[in-house]
Amino acid sequence: MEQSEESRSIRTDISGIIVRVFGYVFISFFALCCLLPFLLVLGTSFTTEGAIKKFGFNFWPREFSTFAYKIVFENPDMMIGSYLVTIAITVVGTAIGLFLVAMTGYALQRPDFGYRNGISFFIYFTTLFSGGLVPFYLLMTQYLTLKDNYLAVLLPGLLSPFLIIMMKSFVRSIPHAITESAKIDGAGDFTIFLKLILPMTTPALATIGLFIALGYWNEWYNSMLFLSSDLKYRPLQLFLYNVVTSADFIRNSAAASNVELRDVPLESMKMATAVVATGPVILFYPFVQRYFIKGITVGAVKG
Amino acid sequence: MSTALKTSIPSSKPLPAGSGRLRRFWNNKTLLLMCLPAVLFFIVFAYLPMPGLYLAFIQYNYSDGIFKSPFVAFDNFRFLVMNGDLWRLTFNTVAYNIVFIVLGNFLQIFVAILLNELRKKWFKKVSQTLMFLPHFISAVLIGLIAYNILSYDYGLLNGLLESLGMEPVKTYSNPTIWPFIIVLTFLWQSTGYGSIIYFAAIMGLDNEIIEASEIDGANAFQRIIYIIIPWLKPTFIILMLFSLGGVLKGNFGLFYNLVGANNTALYPTTDIIETYVFRALMTNFNFSIGSAVSLYQSVFGFIVVLTANWLVRRVSPENSLF
Repeated sequence: MEQSEESRSIRTDISGIIVRVFGYVFISFFALCCLLPFLLVLGTSFTTEGAIKKFGFNFWPREFSTFAYKIVFENPDMMIGSYLVTIAITVVGTAIGLFLVAMTGYALQRPDFGYRNGISFFIYFTTLFSGGLVPFYLLMTQYLTLKDNYLAVLLPGLLSPFLIIMMKSFVRSIPHAITESAKIDGAGDFTIFLKLILPMTTPALATIGLFIALGYWNEWYNSMLFLSSDLKYRPLQLFLYNVVTSADFIRNSAAASNVELRDVPLESMKMATAVVATGPVILFYPFVQRYFIKGITVGAVKG
Repeated sequence: MSTALKTSIPSSKPLPAGSGRLRRFWNNKTLLLMCLPAVLFFIVFAYLPMPGLYLAFIQYNYSDGIFKSPFVAFDNFRFLVMNGDLWRLTFNTVAYNIVFIVLGNFLQIFVAILLNELRKKWFKKVSQTLMFLPHFISAVLIGLIAYNILSYDYGLLNGLLESLGMEPVKTYSNPTIWPFIIVLTFLWQSTGYGSIIYFAAIMGLDNEIIEASEIDGANAFQRIIYIIIPWLKPTFIILMLFSLGGVLKGNFGLFYNLVGANNTALYPTTDIIETYVFRALMTNFNFSIGSAVSLYQSVFGFIVVLTANWLVRRVSPENSLF
């Protein structure tokens, strides 16, 4: 009896150890796979063009050089302009979008709001059926005449059914009694929202705001569709897209820095631009990561 | 305070005389106004383009415009069926999505279970942060990273192959390996973030059940197989059915940035509905064909969602969408 008890506990230990060792190995491996590609971009950006041509892209620069960064920063006009455009769109879009999402989410979660089901479905239906890209493009360019207008990037990113649903789930955790008692005290619906509900939902607002901001920061699709290459300052991701896909674009932007055309380090400049365009955000994100975790666990699927 | 809350006092505002419908409208006017911007937003950006799908039934040309271009009924669809485009696009889009959904969910569950077994807090934190990282970058950067690895002349992959004495691969002109590249990239990008849902679900498991199983002598394998996996099953089924609803929607950013704008050699295995419609609009200027594909996508997607929702309602009614 005693012996079998003992052997069982040993067996338990072994299986636990196996699982844990495998867990540490596998998770380490996967986490490393997630990190290494970024180091590859970083390493290449600091490599001389000659070493790239000879040895290819590598994590560790065989021949160290900051030439690519020198060119990027020597003529920083485009880069700074892109940064400013993206920051402006992100800040304005997030402020307006967040307010609208919160307001709509609150109203649609009020049990005494007679139209909430109708309007909720009206919004949700847009995820089920859509007019597709061509009519959307024609609407934006021919009817709203937003071609080459930053509003073409700002406006479509303001709201999404997903975020409104997420806001609804957040608001649901606030007792309706709070709204009711404020109504008895004579407060209007908008005042209740502004003075009572908004301050109580700050964690939710942080989460949703970050989702909107991330969307704007990484936005390149609408930029590519609606902002032409004639535009001097384009959003950051579109700028990066142009640098990555067009050698001419790099040569043109390097031409201002008095570099011989054939000396332009095409490959390392792509990587350097990517580092400058993405680096700051990646450094920022571990601090706000918990809000994203909250978002996916709270409002993920259910309306 | 609490007693005051419980008694609900009818609104003291003057109500207009009239039908109940009007009164309901009047009572809700502020809340309606609060929803107005969002409603307008969706009218403009989502509902206004819908009638534009009429383009699918005409032979659109720029000089005649929408209303004067000749009406051709289903000719555009016939064309797409005859030349095989529609079948190829449907197959690619659906097959990729099914592989994404199935492999993605399995890997997410796997990672979540392993993370839950680990004891060192700092390790969990650091590894989670790293695994989330790919989720937060733009599709453009993902395309650049892929280029870093796959480029024929300078890519890391060919560098490794050469150092092993093997032939370099011409990735960007070889369509057969692209399904693997795209699926791997998708898993790379989405697994860390997607595993949060399952990780949170495991956290919701009552600790007493685990303790009871340990007292009964269950080992780690048994705990995982007989308690944790069954516990995750409902979440898995619901998430899977939800994603199945979107099986006809492709991830444009991923495909477009990985494959490149006009790499025709790779179309057989990488062209999905979204990239085809995009090309119809931006390179071929064939608005009618593009709209025909979009209409097909929307109608069939709608049917798929209804089916998926019907299934969800049978599995767990409280999770169904409508």
